Amino acid sequence: MNVQSPTEKLTAKDFASDQEVRWCPGCGDYAILKAMHKSLADMGVRPENTVFISGIGCSSRFPYYMATYGFHTIHGRAPAIATGLKLSRPELDVWMVTGDGDALSIGGNHLFHALRRNIDINILLFNNEIYGLTKGQYSPTSRVGQRSPSTPMGSVDSPAEPCVFALGCNARFVARGIDVQAKELGELFSRARAHKGASFVEIIQNCIVYNDAAFAGFTEKAVAADMQLHVKHGEKMLFGKERNKGLKLNTQTFALEVVTIGENGATEADILVHDEKNKVIANLLVGLRPPRFPEVLGVIYCDPAPSYEAAVAAQDAAARAKGPGDLDKLMRAGNTWQVS
Amino acid sequence: MNLQADDIRSGAPDGAPIPKSDLDAIVVRFAGDSGDGVQLLGSQFSQETALVGNSLATFPDFPAEIRAPTGTTYGVSAFQINFGSRPIKTAGDQPDVLVALNPAALMVNYKGLRKGGLVILDAGAFKDKDIKRAGFAVDPRTDGTLKEFRVMEIDISAQALEVAKPFGVSQKEALRTKNLWVLGLVSWMYDRELKSTMEYIARKFGAEDPIGKANLAALNAGHAYGETHELSGDVAPVSMPSVKVEPGTYRLVSGAESLAWGLAAGAQLAGLEMVLASYPITPSSPILHILARMKQYGVTTFQAEDEIAACCAAIGASYGGKLGVTASSGPGIALKTEAIGLAIGTELPLVVVNTQRGGPSTGLPTKTEQSDLFIAVFGRNADAPMPVIASRSPCDCFEVAIEAVRLATKYMTPVMLLSDGYIANAAEPWRIPSMADYAPFKVEFRKDPEGFHPFVRDEKTLARAWAIPGTPGLMHRIGGIERDYNSGNISYDAANHQKMTDTRAAKINNIADDIPEQSVEIGEAKGKLAVVGWGSTFGPINRAVANMRAKGHDVSHIHIRHIWPLPRNLGALLKSYEKVLVAEMNNGQMLQLLRGQYLVDAKGLLKVSGQPLKISEVEDAIRAQLASA
Repeated sequence: MNVQSPTEKLTAKDFASDQEVRWCPGCGDYAILKAMHKSLADMGVRPENTVFISGIGCSSRFPYYMATYGFHTIHGRAPAIATGLKLSRPELDVWMVTGDGDALSIGGNHLFHALRRNIDINILLFNNEIYGLTKGQYSPTSRVGQRSPSTPMGSVDSPAEPCVFALGCNARFVARGIDVQAKELGELFSRARAHKGASFVEIIQNCIVYNDAAFAGFTEKAVAADMQLHVKHGEKMLFGKERNKGLKLNTQTFALEVVTIGENGATEADILVHDEKNKVIANLLVGLRPPRFPEVLGVIYCDPAPSYEAAVAAQDAAARAKGPGDLDKLMRAGNTWQVS
Repeated sequence: MNLQADDIRSGAPDGAPIPKSDLDAIVVRFAGDSGDGVQLLGSQFSQETALVGNSLATFPDFPAEIRAPTGTTYGVSAFQINFGSRPIKTAGDQPDVLVALNPAALMVNYKGLRKGGLVILDAGAFKDKDIKRAGFAVDPRTDGTLKEFRVMEIDISAQALEVAKPFGVSQKEALRTKNLWVLGLVSWMYDRELKSTMEYIARKFGAEDPIGKANLAALNAGHAYGETHELSGDVAPVSMPSVKVEPGTYRLVSGAESLAWGLAAGAQLAGLEMVLASYPITPSSPILHILARMKQYGVTTFQAEDEIAACCAAIGASYGGKLGVTASSGPGIALKTEAIGLAIGTELPLVVVNTQRGGPSTGLPTKTEQSDLFIAVFGRNADAPMPVIASRSPCDCFEVAIEAVRLATKYMTPVMLLSDGYIANAAEPWRIPSMADYAPFKVEFRKDPEGFHPFVRDEKTLARAWAIPGTPGLMHRIGGIERDYNSGNISYDAANHQKMTDTRAAKINNIADDIPEQSVEIGEAKGKLAVVGWGSTFGPINRAVANMRAKGHDVSHIHIRHIWPLPRNLGALLKSYEKVLVAEMNNGQMLQLLRGQYLVDAKGLLKVSGQPLKISEVEDAIRAQLASA
């Protein structure tokens, strides 16, 4: 057991457990884990007040590798267990790690309710568009045509889109990052933790064994600059090697368009400024898909609202304002009679 | 009509006169449309009856539909009460009095009435179309259908309309005072005070509401009708002395109330706050409703998105160091089983309340059954043992709930508490306990990092340490993957899995050392026949065995509270009888359990009609057992 005094400054290493990590070599999960270790140290959190809760799948092994409290639960149910924990212990930092199958297939209902209730947990959805741990079946986020052991001729059902789903559930914090972009991920983790209420972070994660290079179209070094739009609140939505491309709102169609400054009459003034609180634009941003559009990364939407556990605690506190209830009195209230 | 009060009694042989002094219990059944307010009528009459000090048991018997089409047999709602000056243990086999507010209520209920019993009819509801709709070919009042009963016809509808007229309420509202008119009449018949009902009306409507005034007037009018009408020659009021019971403060309590209070009491004795996570389901929901109003008693409630989430949230709360509780009924319990397995594997305390109902699937949501014994004891994937205890009556729910919390926290295990639809809805007088009567069983969370790992066990109980998030130095990971016996880290080791499986089983089996030995409720600890029951069949079995013993038969009553693990001495005890009869409301689940555990050649009295066991059914089965070689 690693015991630290509360004042000591912790390093990334202090957040790594003594357990051997059992993901496949080259798995994107390693990078996310490393980013989390560092990020928690940077945030200065206490490991004893931090809890990681997960469901089932490759990503859900995450808690075993954290030197915090951790609970590896059952398939799809992590949001419900995290909800129970946060309700009972609102002061804890509760993180939830899940995958595309865990969160959007078997656990879709729980994810929906955790988001719409706005309980203060940080949800990290590792999206690799495949079932890894069960050996490569297509997942609810797999693109149409995905060949897998269960879809030898290619999948035919339309995929779920995590950030679209989250916004549809009235999530108040929606962000997206990429497994290997440690610095950006660290910022997202920090923002997610700071946001009171349910924070939803989709992490694009490469499964090297069953779905390698699924995201190469926007993650490969050669195309990254042209295919990734990192949004920042208050800044123009510009991207591209020359930073001369940007998003413009077509006021005729209410759709977003990619324009190049200086071409077809486009000027910098046409480029939208990112406003985290603008849900209309957020809804458009999460719908953009490569290769027609860049992959939108960063905090796409953040507009805090009262969190569920705080509202519950407020009701509990109001009921308890006059002191603790007396069960003996409660049981004797109403119609009673004496027998002597 | 020639009616003597002496004839209105429970247990009287059909038609046989019984001296007035023997009149010590009466069964009354109220029946009407599901919108007629029969349940309110019944529960208010129960309250009045409790307040005069009679013993009583009730049986609310209502359909699953909230408002079925008017006048249909499937829309009939009934409330039965058995009350008397001797201890009452069941809601009664056969009503002595049936109040039928429409032909459908008569159709559904008249066959159950004792021969010579009294039928009170609302003549105003017996129009041709109502009679046809209830399924009578001709008017049952004229064709001899009711010839074995005494019939009192009153146009209650007209009475209610007349009484309500001065208050300017609608015809619909006026007709809805019928239930209170009947309550007034029946209160007069049995010399009950109207005060508690008057207070109820005042609370519900306030002093000025015309509807409240109309209801109050109907109550008084029904009472006055009895006093002044020609009735008095036929139905003299019966006064019943109060029952001799232990001194104390009493109240009427339903199973749902006493269970909810018992959970809160258990949490208090454990020194824990409680989180109840539930999903609405009949007949379990009242537990959620009651606890939702108990925030000041350290209770937080959470209405989850589904049964699975409810169980998981309760587990999350226990992981955080509160007492996690989830309450449901059969189909909901089925959904929770995977999560219960997680709590078994991670060894977290959890109380799962199962208010059983008729099944399978949706089955009979509002009717009672005891058919979840197997799912409670065995119903999980893999070897996943957990303690199971069952309540016998509304009052007993309080004790059983405390015991469930004690076992869950002491042994770090989920516990299933079995109640049923009958217990949950029925009410009985309760000698209110005092919290000071119960020994606390305060939980100590692990604080010391020295030698800690999450599966370090208490040598005696085998319970693992309960270390909760927020404790410095005890950070650890738990999960559904098999855990190493010596560190709690994940382990796929063959010998370790064997050891952990054995340890989980031993931990639960050891609870048998921490529960009372099986006692015999009535009769000797050996002999010709033991009738074994569990749960809500306690009352009818107990009464039947007492009756048969009074007639000189060698029969004993054994009632099992701890279903799993079973009491240590139960096998030997059962083998000391020549015969064992298991009476239960399922297709033989306890029967199979006892046969399997002890190789006893037990026989079953099995009933799955959605109705409680009758005393006479148990008596018949005892006779048959004693008569057979």
